[in-house]
Amino acid sequence: MRVAVLQGGSSLERPVSLRSGARVEDALARLGHEVLAIDVGPDLVARLQADPPDVAFVALHGRGGEDGTVQELLELLGVPYTASGPGACIRCMDKVVAKHALRDAGIPTPDFFSFSQAAFADLGAARALPEIGARLDFPLVVKPAGQGSALGIKFARGAADVPSALVAAFSYDTKVLLERYVDGRDLAVSVLDGPGGPQALPVVEAIPEGEDFYDFEARYAIGRTRFVCPAALPAAVAARAQELALATWRTLGCAGFARVDLMLEGSELFVIEANAIPGLTDTSLLPLAAEAAGIRFDDLVARVLELALARSAAAAL
Amino acid sequence: MTIDDTGTRGSAHEIKRYGELFAGRTRGMTSSAMRDLMAVTAQPGVISLAGGLPDTTTFPAEDFAALMARVAVDSSAAALQYGPTEGMDAVQRAIVQVMAAEGMRVEPDDILVTTGGQQVIDLVCRAFLDPGDVVVAEGPTYPGAVPCFTSYQADVVQIEMDDEGMRVDLLEATLARLAAEGRTPKFIYTIPSFQNPAGVTMSLPRRRELVRIAAERELVILEDNPYGLLRYEGESLPTLHSLDGGRYVIYLGTFSKILSAGLRLGWASAPRPILEKLNLGKQAADLCSSSLTQHFVAAYFEQRDWRAYLDRLRDLYRRRRDVMLDALAEYFPAEASWTHPRGGLFIWARLPDYIDTSDLLARALREQVAFVPGRAAYLDGRGGSEMRLNFSGVADEDIREGVRRIGKVVDEQVALYGTLTGVEPARRRSSAAPAATADEGQAHVLPLRRGAGRESR
Repeated sequence: MRVAVLQGGSSLERPVSLRSGARVEDALARLGHEVLAIDVGPDLVARLQADPPDVAFVALHGRGGEDGTVQELLELLGVPYTASGPGACIRCMDKVVAKHALRDAGIPTPDFFSFSQAAFADLGAARALPEIGARLDFPLVVKPAGQGSALGIKFARGAADVPSALVAAFSYDTKVLLERYVDGRDLAVSVLDGPGGPQALPVVEAIPEGEDFYDFEARYAIGRTRFVCPAALPAAVAARAQELALATWRTLGCAGFARVDLMLEGSELFVIEANAIPGLTDTSLLPLAAEAAGIRFDDLVARVLELALARSAAAAL
Repeated sequence: MTIDDTGTRGSAHEIKRYGELFAGRTRGMTSSAMRDLMAVTAQPGVISLAGGLPDTTTFPAEDFAALMARVAVDSSAAALQYGPTEGMDAVQRAIVQVMAAEGMRVEPDDILVTTGGQQVIDLVCRAFLDPGDVVVAEGPTYPGAVPCFTSYQADVVQIEMDDEGMRVDLLEATLARLAAEGRTPKFIYTIPSFQNPAGVTMSLPRRRELVRIAAERELVILEDNPYGLLRYEGESLPTLHSLDGGRYVIYLGTFSKILSAGLRLGWASAPRPILEKLNLGKQAADLCSSSLTQHFVAAYFEQRDWRAYLDRLRDLYRRRRDVMLDALAEYFPAEASWTHPRGGLFIWARLPDYIDTSDLLARALREQVAFVPGRAAYLDGRGGSEMRLNFSGVADEDIREGVRRIGKVVDEQVALYGTLTGVEPARRRSSAAPAATADEGQAHVLPLRRGAGRESR
């Protein structure tokens, strides 16, 4: 089969995407497919029209590739593609949309407020900022709504930190999120679809190690992290995390695969966000979790590809 | 090396296995997010003021062709052969001339020809540093030295600068504090002239002080001087090497900024026992620097006027610096300040504290313009509101346009902050005010914290 691997692009996560793409290409070649590597750019549509592949493996991360843009185009061009469709991509990429959907569905997520740049420019939202302190306890985490990596995430210890944190977050998006800081263990549950429906893979825990972290941003920016899979958790907690990941998957409408990030505070679990196209590099969490479940990377790629073709065949009926 | 039988690229799964084998020192300080951000600056269409490139388009192609032809005809066998570790005689003699142009008197034997000035930093670290040893550097320091220091697991202590260069008073206080802890720095790393990245030049009294302190405490100074001859105004100052007579100073020079960076030729001049250690290190690193490019340099110094070419470069870079200074005055808000370098390749700008230049870079990249965020020049998390701008490797119109675009996003953030806090943006300045690089009040030296990239994906 001719498989186009869409990767690169111009998002800030381009380097990670190229690594994900390279690894997928290797797997596809081993599976006996004809691989067409495409570094996504202005000629994407022309290339797909000139030389249509049988299916596209979307290994793009971040803006443009993970936010539904490319998926919408692939729908239009009639090219079957892997993982979530445009709707789920939009819901996952925009943390504000995702958190509202989770909250409406009764899935626990840290309390939050969101603002658009327009709210400040046109509606005088700055006067409402003091309310945030009253409604959510400090410290708060301030995030751009649509940035996939750690870039732009700031920690506000008190009200005085909020304006500069907002300025930073607005560097990445026109919408930002202020969220209660959950001080706990960092968990990720990957979900992989299959013939019997979506399956939650073993829980991964990210454990910062070595140095003491002098602040939250440094922890995210330069902290060294060890990943443990399956995480050392009581069985009930692990099962609950997997259950929440599946509920998140259903709520956001994911397909193929996805990764749900959670925090464990005491015995309470909170869903932080979902990634429609999680990293597939040699150090990424989804492949790690799949391996812990006895699914080799090549099998993972093969399964996701089959699902893409099956979805497209079903849509054609 | 083929590590995967399916073809062109090593399988990522295989590479993962090597991960367990890598030494601890390979874990750099830069965050993976930051590396990803910098990778995007190299995209086509981006005006990059983030580089540090000399303009090699000015070197006459016919000269290059004639000299290379001459090398091929006269010295073919030797140019294609290994050479002595310390470098070719003729190149050492050329270096003696270049150093004499800055008032330094050395003998050819005092010189080790290296693979770029960068190799000197590596060789000095290799010769002096055990893990945890202290290195003193300026804050901000040359971003390219940072991975070198971290790979030797140095504890880098950065001394703040003002418009006279390294604050020697703070240096003394720091040395005293370290001494109280029973620690002595292995060396002091400094770029006294037109510092990269800050663009400031150490004043003569400071130079004398620094040399005095080094002699009194018997400390070695690594004087990195790539830009000394690229002075666009004012009188030249003596190098630390000439002030100290070469007793405690390891001098680092390079052909990169006066001739060509592609030659990859630099040099060290140092006290003999140190030079011997550096030579041993170089034998381990690469045996000798390229014979081919050394023959080119020898032919160039014999047959061309290196000073005339340097004059052309100075004229070009002076003009570009002025273009950048004018553009900054026009497009940057009054809340910003920047250095007014009298030479070199860089301007260092400081924005209000509430602007984080790493985040600003992400915004600027959407406007297709890039710079180096200040954190790259510190090992301790400082520099968050600062940025390095390069003017030497960018055409005049791109300098103006690039600064205009950065100014636009800075204005946007200043205005947003104003909306959030009620602070009115300051009125735009009417002309460029030269600015100090550092707040006098917040003097401090912070020890390096080591860490490594967290995979965010």
